[in-house]
Amino acid sequence: MEAFEVIKEDRLLDCSDMLCPMPIVNTAKAMKELQPGQVLKMISTDAGSPPDIEAWSRQTGNELLLSTVEGGKFVFFLKKA
Amino acid sequence: MSKSNPNAPKRLALISSKGTLDWAYPPFILASAAGAMGWEVGVFFTFYGLTLLKPELTAAVSPLGNPAMPMKMPFGPEAFQNVNWNMPNLLMSNMPGFEGVATSLMKQTFKNKGVATVEELRDVCIDMDVRLIGCQMTMDVFGFNKDDFIPQAEIGGAATFLEYAADADVQLFI
Repeated sequence: MEAFEVIKEDRLLDCSDMLCPMPIVNTAKAMKELQPGQVLKMISTDAGSPPDIEAWSRQTGNELLLSTVEGGKFVFFLKKA
Repeated sequence: MSKSNPNAPKRLALISSKGTLDWAYPPFILASAAGAMGWEVGVFFTFYGLTLLKPELTAAVSPLGNPAMPMKMPFGPEAFQNVNWNMPNLLMSNMPGFEGVATSLMKQTFKNKGVATVEELRDVCIDMDVRLIGCQMTMDVFGFNKDDFIPQAEIGGAATFLEYAADADVQLFI
């Protein structure tokens, strides 16, 4: 079983077809509405997203549980700090 | 240790000095990205950058003086869209309306690719409480009043920016 199949998200955010900086801008907005410990699943088609989400996670302290590719799209699971 | 408060969030201080469409993007992209990372952000708009504080953005782009600017067609088959049109300066400088055409092409290409508009990015910055500071001296020189700008704009001078930048982790001149 793939790791992302066992992580359950509390909210799904689809940033497909958006370019920098909108995926992290929308991720930050969505994350604000979650409670600590809740998980956001973010989908992006921007090839800049994997390094950007890693940097965003380090800067904000929200843990990046998983960064993967699913169906040709980048998928991230972020846990609210 | 230059930061007066070690518990304060990271801070980005930008100077935006150019008002064309291509140069309007970097400050608003960096400011909104920093805001998304929880940083404090202030942008000081000076000289031509000041026009980016007007309610209606009229930023245009000129291929003149930007010899490396790729001219792309935002329509047609992909192979056609990827052609880099080489426009000699002599042709561009003599053709009326060329800047308008170049601006439309760039805006449409950006839209097709999924880039937010400058207006959208500025709205994101406002939502994130990015400080937008207009340069008083430039306002005097070009005849701008505070009423010419969006209500979120503050007014300040070099000392205002320097004091803000002295406590910043990143300072950039754009």
